[in-house]
Amino acid sequence: MTDTIVQADHIVHTFGGTIKALDDISVSFERGIIYGLLGPNGAGKTTLIRVLTTLLKPDSGSAFVAGVDVIHNPTGAREKIGLAGQNAAVDGYQTGRENLIMVGRLYNLSKKQAKERADDVLERINLTDAANRQVLTYSGGMKRRLDLAASIVGHPEVLFLDEPTTGIDPRSRLGLWEIINELVADGTTLLLTTQYLEEADRLANRIGVIDQGKLIAEGTANELKTQVGGDVIEIHTDDELATVVETLRAVTASEPIVDHGRKTVTIPAPRAATSLLEAVRVLDDAGIEVHDVALRRPTLDDVFLTLTGHATEEAPQPEKQKGRRSSQ
Amino acid sequence: MTTLTQTATHIGIITRRNLLRNIRLPQLLLFSTVQPVMFLLLFNYVFGGSIAQAIPPIFGDYINYLLPGIIVQNVVFAATATSVGLTEDLQAGVIDRFRSLPMARSAVLAGRTFADVARAGFVISLMTAVGYLIGFRPLNGFFSLVLAIVLALGFGYSMSWVMAWVGLKVKTPEAAQTAGFLPIFPLVFASSVFVPTSTMPSWLASFAENQPVTVLANTARALILGDAYIAGEPHLAASGATIGSLVLLSLAWIVGIVAVAAPFAVRSYRKTVE
Repeated sequence: MTDTIVQADHIVHTFGGTIKALDDISVSFERGIIYGLLGPNGAGKTTLIRVLTTLLKPDSGSAFVAGVDVIHNPTGAREKIGLAGQNAAVDGYQTGRENLIMVGRLYNLSKKQAKERADDVLERINLTDAANRQVLTYSGGMKRRLDLAASIVGHPEVLFLDEPTTGIDPRSRLGLWEIINELVADGTTLLLTTQYLEEADRLANRIGVIDQGKLIAEGTANELKTQVGGDVIEIHTDDELATVVETLRAVTASEPIVDHGRKTVTIPAPRAATSLLEAVRVLDDAGIEVHDVALRRPTLDDVFLTLTGHATEEAPQPEKQKGRRSSQ
Repeated sequence: MTTLTQTATHIGIITRRNLLRNIRLPQLLLFSTVQPVMFLLLFNYVFGGSIAQAIPPIFGDYINYLLPGIIVQNVVFAATATSVGLTEDLQAGVIDRFRSLPMARSAVLAGRTFADVARAGFVISLMTAVGYLIGFRPLNGFFSLVLAIVLALGFGYSMSWVMAWVGLKVKTPEAAQTAGFLPIFPLVFASSVFVPTSTMPSWLASFAENQPVTVLANTARALILGDAYIAGEPHLAASGATIGSLVLLSLAWIVGIVAVAAPFAVRSYRKTVE
């Protein structure tokens, strides 16, 4: 069989006695892959990472990382793991190099070893030029890279990255993706969480979709897309979306998916071009003006919508909307 | 398992890291130094004139009375740096990083409290030097002055553990600052730090005379000013205190506070990181 490196079984964790952050979740995957944990905010991604990285003892369940029982032997597990959390946990007043030397020393490397290791790692993440500058002067993307560097100082067998590219610009994101791919090429196993479907699509060999503390689907990006049932038809229109949905019900058995922001309605196309023609016909008969209609492969977005009934990014809270409006 | 040597190394690394922050961000050290010196000057020149009349004249200027007290005030104020520093590290995710490393569990809290007491030592030394410039004289010799400072720092260290616990409970730097000062203000002001307790209403005086800040201030004063201070303070003279007995009482408070606060802080540290 395959060499399982992370094995979590039936993990349950409750916050404050009521909120089930993890609801009997089981995840396992083998050495050498990138496992992407995909889910909206509050789905339990971070909580699961905290359990697997010894930061949180779950209410029940078992978890093994690289053969070590995370719950009963956290010290042993820490030798095997690296963690880069949601914020760049590096010291602004130290230089990049000093930050990494410090982490190396905490891994019980000698001063000399820690320096050598810091230089190795800096080179790998392309920060050699900025190595002797205080981190205060780094850009957000550089800080995340340094944070990633700190997490690999100890040669971890499994690296946990919690939303590694959240809040950084698209170019830095590409740079980080490259580094992440290189790490895996060198044999590190990776678990990363993300809210970005594109990221999961690009990086992960296997994707687990997590929602409300449960793993609701798992597979490769393609498997998940197929699970939605083949191609979809996407209709762009300025007309009332509710009317469009009503009209489309005539040609599809499943509930059309509406994106109010982009003004699109999406329905499955089980018979591809024939389905498309049917859809166009009913829309035309109803006198609906269509800007664009396309037959396409489903994206992970569609997968997510179909599986959970809501988008990856949670609908903004009314409170937040208010704040956004007033700030404009 | 981490060995004892490794633990000591880890504590050293974290202490150094925390101290480095003060050196690399000079404005931090500047303001944490300017404020105590300003306090010293303000109290000496603004209140000194009127307070001096309530103090036995044998100690010379008010500065001789004030300085030992203000040293104790400072180590207590400085302890709030522990709660603020810890909460900042918590928010920045640094504590998570440390906890995911195979390092000694005790190093984060020990390194924090050691660094904060070291910084307090620097500030107090500087303040004592400024005090000397404006007329402070240790009447009981240099060694006793050093002993007084070391004892005060020991007290500051014990208060750091209290503040570590407070910080880990409240979790944000803003709340840590406010929550930390809540118990500190009554302890520092209802004490013999600035004025003799004999001028307070009797209910307050009986609180003031028995709480640790007064014990430490009295001990520092007795060490720095000599036996004459005990003789000039009616409640001390009446209790038959000596310099030795005051030092022992101070040590008892220090050990007692650490013994109570440290387990709470360690427990919160384990739990906070939920």
